[in-house]
Amino acid sequence: MLHRRGLLAAGALGGAALVASPLARPALAQAAPVRIGMITSLSGPGAYLGQDIRDGFLLAIEQGGGKLGGTPVALLVEDDGLKPGQGKQIAERFVGNEKIRLLTGIVFSNVLGAVLPDVLDAGAVYASPNASPSNFAGRDCHRNYWSIAWQNDSLHESAGQAAQNLGHKRMFLLAANYQAGRDAIAGFRRMYKGEVLGEIYTRLDQTDYAAELARIRAARPDAVYQFHPGGLGIAFLRQYAQAGLAELVPQVVAAPSMDSTTLAAVGEAALGMTVGSHWNSDFDVPASRAFVAAFRAKYDRLPTYYAQQGFDTALAIGGAFRNGGADLADTEAFRKGMLKADFASTRGRFRFGPNQHPVQDWFMLKVERGADGKPALVTKAKILSDHGDAYAAQCRL
Amino acid sequence: MREHPARERAALLLLLAAAALLPFLATALGSPATVPLASRIVIYGIAAASLNLILGHGGLVSFGHAAFYGLGGYTVGILYAHLAPGDPFLGLIPGSNQLAVTLPAALLVGGLGAAAIGALSLRTSGVQFIMITLAFAQMLYFLFASLSAYGGDDGLSVRRPNLLGPLNLRDPATMYWVALGALALWLAFQRRLVRSRFGRVLEGIRQNEARVVASGIRPYPYKLAAFVIAGMGAALAGALMVNAMRFVSPDMLHWTKSGELMVMVILGGIGTLLGPVLGALALVVLETGLTALTENWQVVLGPILVVVVLFSQGGLAALFRRRPASDAPGAAGGRLPRLLSWRRRHG
Amino acid sequence: MALLLEQLLNGLQLGVMLFLLAAGLTLVFGIMGVINLAQGSLYMVGAFAGAALAARTGSATLSLLGGIAAAAAVGMAMELAVLRRLYRRGHLDQVLATFGMILFLNQAMTMLAGRQPLFVAVPPALEGAVEIIPGVPYPVYRLAIIAVGILVAAGLWLLIQRTRLGMLVRAGATNREMVRALGVDIRLLYTLVFGLGALLAGLAGVMAGPVFSVQVGMGEQILITTFVVVVIGGIGSVRGAFAGAMLVGLVDTLLRAFLPDLLRGAIGGPDADALAGGLASMGIYLLMAIVLLVRPRGLFPAHA
Repeated sequence: MLHRRGLLAAGALGGAALVASPLARPALAQAAPVRIGMITSLSGPGAYLGQDIRDGFLLAIEQGGGKLGGTPVALLVEDDGLKPGQGKQIAERFVGNEKIRLLTGIVFSNVLGAVLPDVLDAGAVYASPNASPSNFAGRDCHRNYWSIAWQNDSLHESAGQAAQNLGHKRMFLLAANYQAGRDAIAGFRRMYKGEVLGEIYTRLDQTDYAAELARIRAARPDAVYQFHPGGLGIAFLRQYAQAGLAELVPQVVAAPSMDSTTLAAVGEAALGMTVGSHWNSDFDVPASRAFVAAFRAKYDRLPTYYAQQGFDTALAIGGAFRNGGADLADTEAFRKGMLKADFASTRGRFRFGPNQHPVQDWFMLKVERGADGKPALVTKAKILSDHGDAYAAQCRL
Repeated sequence: MREHPARERAALLLLLAAAALLPFLATALGSPATVPLASRIVIYGIAAASLNLILGHGGLVSFGHAAFYGLGGYTVGILYAHLAPGDPFLGLIPGSNQLAVTLPAALLVGGLGAAAIGALSLRTSGVQFIMITLAFAQMLYFLFASLSAYGGDDGLSVRRPNLLGPLNLRDPATMYWVALGALALWLAFQRRLVRSRFGRVLEGIRQNEARVVASGIRPYPYKLAAFVIAGMGAALAGALMVNAMRFVSPDMLHWTKSGELMVMVILGGIGTLLGPVLGALALVVLETGLTALTENWQVVLGPILVVVVLFSQGGLAALFRRRPASDAPGAAGGRLPRLLSWRRRHG
Repeated sequence: MALLLEQLLNGLQLGVMLFLLAAGLTLVFGIMGVINLAQGSLYMVGAFAGAALAARTGSATLSLLGGIAAAAAVGMAMELAVLRRLYRRGHLDQVLATFGMILFLNQAMTMLAGRQPLFVAVPPALEGAVEIIPGVPYPVYRLAIIAVGILVAAGLWLLIQRTRLGMLVRAGATNREMVRALGVDIRLLYTLVFGLGALLAGLAGVMAGPVFSVQVGMGEQILITTFVVVVIGGIGSVRGAFAGAMLVGLVDTLLRAFLPDLLRGAIGGPDADALAGGLASMGIYLLMAIVLLVRPRGLFPAHA
């Protein structure tokens, strides 16, 4: 008998744990702030990206005195650990139990791919501060899905355009062997018209690039384009400089391969690199100057473009709230408000294209020695104006 | 101690009926996200139970179980990806979104994968076996991460989950019931298997391989068969999970997933019938609870695992045991591992 | 020809790096029978401690000593607190407990050092490149890594074969009771051996600082490859770890270096590049499968 009671106790315990798990919080009264759910990567190799997005977003709320566009907001942040399953689980909880109608924060495309269908099916809105893969910009675009960053390919198109403008004729391309790496090379080649001497796909768990560097040296290209996110890129850049290639073959890369955090970790090895980007911390735009100063004052570090995207996303949402979209039960009203892009973007000019992805200018940055003798990213020239993305044509909204 | 198979069966059926009521309870309590969460627990339960077959009953410490879980998942994902455009996979196999087709396909793929990996890995034992299963799983992980036709690292969306006759798995409650049914069937199958001659030989190999060899039985075919069956169970779980998640990515094959499955088995109680399911429940609830509490949840979860390993002999299932079962390492076909009964690990 | 020589050197250097990690892993297994997944975390601890000290003091020597000491200290603490209780348990418990420790150490390091990767400069004395192969400047730092690795291998061999400690270690592996009867504190011996394994991982971590990326999770990135090395070499054998590391380093490097061109000759186009990338990343696992098919206990099985 004991035996069976034990079993039943197990069942009851399980059921109770499930239903009364720390997940159900009471519904809030109407006067309560608009709640925004942020799912982002705060552990694992991409953790600093999520941290910057969150900090940028929080800064915007703080500057608004707890409000975005005049509407009080509350931000709930949870860590997806760079696991799609975990991100989806959080989204289900946010949308299903907490009845949150506006989500943001995801850093990586694979997490976004797992989370987005559920969020959209539930009629909620997602505003992306980073990951913006091609399918959601084209065929699978949606009225409730926004990117305030860029479409992924644009980053690499800007690098391709920069290489083209610099007059490099023969280039060597490398990327980590995963989807974003392939997209990167495809994006680069969309704008770069010169000869490609070789394409190398490196392993995602690779730490040593000596074999690839030797091949580059043997091929003698005019320049190298490479896409290695985060720690992979840091290892690559260090070894590139140590092999003496930095003086011989310049690099042209996209922003993810050289943000200010990567630069701090790589140091002098990055000198002379050209970077395509939509924003840089030295932008001569009032909104940007104010943002960089406030971010440095609050967090005591230079904001990466991830922080800037988090900040801009919060501002864009504020703009939508200000323009009649504060009641998220009416997502069409939010959409109308959002489409106006009524906010002072840190990038200067910013508007949404027909697929609700940014149309913006792209710039060429160069790593140079700053006034303090340390390497810094310096904005050089505008290379693309009012640049949207290649997938907008496939989107029917 | 006498066994009470009839009583046990009745208790299990009662438990199943109670679990089936969960979606109603969740709706009544205004916590709809609990249903997909429960589906996930149930599905992890299948994967962990299948791992328990080789881990607990066969003594084979496989650190690559996520490989078969992922293979099952990708079978569903790839068949779905070939459905809409209408071009057959490899020019031969048409796409499908019928669970009646995709599930057997997943079992087949998982079984074949386990047969190939198992045939090689089982030539080794002990730590070599742990490491070689891990390495094979990582190899598959990198294969899928670089498979650009199916989304590579970004994974593959399954916008519309499979259909099972008139049932649409898109409805969370339907998904949950299907998963629960699969779990019940799998556990029933595994319970029979463990009690059969096959199960007794497996148990004998775990306790004392030399004695089994001495009695004229070659252990290798038994181990391989168990490995393949376990692989099929993991593939079943993977196939269901992709339907529940509507998404498949190489994350499913990552080595940390294999680790999590092992944790579930240990947490719940190795070598017991319901232990792995309890372990899945505990780990998912713990993870969900901790991530909601703090960003630094791993700093709490890690030591919890260590403490569980160090101090909880027999896992959660041991809490429900009647009294410590004696663990006389008998001959091949000795004591049957009983439902939720406890026995010391690794004899 | 120069390219081939350069790539061989690259393979050697990767092999040496893998050896330092594999040596600790295999030593701990061979002597205590413990499988330690957290070896990668000790590598991370060494790298972070080294990077932090280098940034504070600017001294490469202090950074090296500090990194090694930190890894050894964390390693011994781990042994005292947890692993010591697991010697008599099965591998499954060891795998799980050390898996839990990985989660803990990674997150604790994140809380301590932050999420940003750290900068580590090459020590000034080892900057620049020399032309040991005509026309191919090779970084001095990489040559230094090769030298240190070979020295450590030789030192380990001497330690195990020629010293009293090594004798006790060998005896302890085969017969604990006998060593205890000799009046030796076997628990202390085990703690020391574990500390030695951790120290080697820390050394690898400090040396990896200027070359690889110092960030949380760096240990797991290289851990699986280390397993492959240990399995190929034969678990528990330091000699095997050395041979396995060299083999894996060379095979991996040469595949990445020459496979794409070979395939380009055969099929051509970007397909060749993608295929070569995929094959090269599976190469070492295939190598392991082949070795185990021929010799299930690895190339140099311990206690054969």
